[in-house]
Amino acid sequence: MQTAVQLINLTCIFGNVRAVDRVNLEVYSGEFFSMLGPSGSGKTTCLRLIGGFEAPSSGQIVLFGQDASRLPPYARDVNTVFQDYALFPHMSVLDNVAYALMVRGVPRAERHRRAGEMLELVKLSGMEHRRPSQLSGGQRQRVALARALINQPRLLLLDEPLGALDLKLREEMQIELKALQRSLGITFIYVTHDQGEALSMSDRVAVFNHGQIEQLDTPKGLYEHPQTEFVARFVGSANILEGRLIGLGEGRFALRPERVRLVAGSEPGAHRLVGRLLDVHYLGSQTRYEVQVEGGRITALAPSQEEILPAGSVVTLSWDATSLRPLADGIPARPEASV
Amino acid sequence: MTQTLRPPRGLWRRVSDLFYLHPGLLLFLLLVPPMLWMGIIYLGSLFNLLLYSFYSINGFTGQLEYRFTLDTFKTLLTTPANTDIVIRTVLMALAVTLACGLIAFPIAFYMAFYTRGNTRTLWYMLVLLPLWSSYLVRVYAGRLILAQEGVVSWFFAQLHLSWLLDAILKTPVLGGPSLASSYFGMFVVFTYIWLPYMILPLLASLERVPKSLIQASADLGARPGQTFRRVIWPLAVPGVAAGSIFTFSLTLGDYIIPQVVGQPGFFIGQMVYIQQGTAGNIPLAAAFSVVPIVVITLYLLLVRRLGAFDAL
Repeated sequence: MQTAVQLINLTCIFGNVRAVDRVNLEVYSGEFFSMLGPSGSGKTTCLRLIGGFEAPSSGQIVLFGQDASRLPPYARDVNTVFQDYALFPHMSVLDNVAYALMVRGVPRAERHRRAGEMLELVKLSGMEHRRPSQLSGGQRQRVALARALINQPRLLLLDEPLGALDLKLREEMQIELKALQRSLGITFIYVTHDQGEALSMSDRVAVFNHGQIEQLDTPKGLYEHPQTEFVARFVGSANILEGRLIGLGEGRFALRPERVRLVAGSEPGAHRLVGRLLDVHYLGSQTRYEVQVEGGRITALAPSQEEILPAGSVVTLSWDATSLRPLADGIPARPEASV
Repeated sequence: MTQTLRPPRGLWRRVSDLFYLHPGLLLFLLLVPPMLWMGIIYLGSLFNLLLYSFYSINGFTGQLEYRFTLDTFKTLLTTPANTDIVIRTVLMALAVTLACGLIAFPIAFYMAFYTRGNTRTLWYMLVLLPLWSSYLVRVYAGRLILAQEGVVSWFFAQLHLSWLLDAILKTPVLGGPSLASSYFGMFVVFTYIWLPYMILPLLASLERVPKSLIQASADLGARPGQTFRRVIWPLAVPGVAAGSIFTFSLTLGDYIIPQVVGQPGFFIGQMVYIQQGTAGNIPLAAAFSVVPIVVITLYLLLVRRLGAFDAL
């Protein structure tokens, strides 16, 4: 597979904060790659470094085999969809989309024709002569997408592009974005703090924490085999068990709530815990149970039943030994830079 | 019987309810005093003044004749001495506006995009600081600084650049015996005095431009020059227009600076002052004060024509 982006020991320091800390990764051509993490984890800075809006403190950015670490944004074959869309308020929708062609000196008729085609692609035909201020959030988002794609970049960077949209629209756009990426064959690097979004759209996901990558894996790999407690908790939710477990040795283990079986009554045994039901949250198709066991609390998620157990009942939790995932130590917080 | 949750209604409470339910009434009461002030005292006296420009002075008796005539305007526009004054003032106002724009833009740009928090407050202070001291003090200080034995000529001498200063002073029309008594010196003082009035509106318009627009422009392949021309400048133009109206009209109307600094040639402001004071020719003074209004109106129409306010 061809490499689109390669980051080598990439570091970016603001004041005394290491926003991005010795990141190494490779993004392949045609891939939908996500950078996932909480705010302040360095994912956006990493994206901005690739786009050329920040300068690395050290390390290298290689774009399509060429060192781009010191190239200005306008010299990179990369386009960006900004979080606030960054549409030019003094231009029509058509001129916004045609902007990249205009600065390259494409004649007016030609660039307007191509901008019209791009607007058709994002289903905004008929909006050409509106101002961005006259559009809804979802429409602005599409204009930003059309504007970034008109140059046919080999790499598209998306900085939380769906963050400002409401849930329903976000889900629609997720499907459309994914379909667009497949049909255009462009490499997407997608920054998000929404783990559901990252899992549903991406080929691979890098989970960021404290400026470093905690784990880089396929969505399934991340969810099924989280390597650290941070990843286990951030991607989906997880029960963290600690101690000596039969057949698995000593350490910390992640256990997904939906892998926990719950029955009424007390039936102790191996890979079982008896506890008292603290709280029941009815979520529609599923029900979440909070169970107080000796030494902690365990969450179980199960398809909703006709009869729901009342809080306070004694229950037995059980799971398969194969559902327990051993965890390694994660990245410790490093707010101070040692320059 | 229906039970209401209201406490007993006092007078104050009833007045509040009345205003809440009739927002137009409150607005009306709030606007009447300022509208009276604006309408009668401010605009009324202005129109009264303008009205006098259509009267004339009897050349023989020196009495005002309350008869509608365009004679005063004819005098204004056909007497070479008067047209000289108008042209001189408008040219100075244009030069000062251009210079203020050129100096203010980088400062406002830097403040809007590269400063935050305390640094920006400090810069605001630096820009506004001159306005805290008396205008007259600053004008006279300007004259002293530019005087023959002043700081500026001393500075030129220290840098062995006295020849340059002499060359500037030898320029026809603009030069003079010293900077303090040349049009060039007057231009310097005007530019210095009105600079904050250009920086502040410019800053206000640039502050509203998100930094991401500049990044988006670069991202789409625009080099810095293109970004400036296509994104920053169009969005800054309303501020430039507002600032230039300040510097332009303030220069058109000023009568102190031309008196303190520069050559003895008259400016519009001085003519208004002299004609209605010592000369007692109120119609001519009024006609002179119409000139800036007409010039500014033409200027506004021109900038609107150029699409300056499209980004608003």
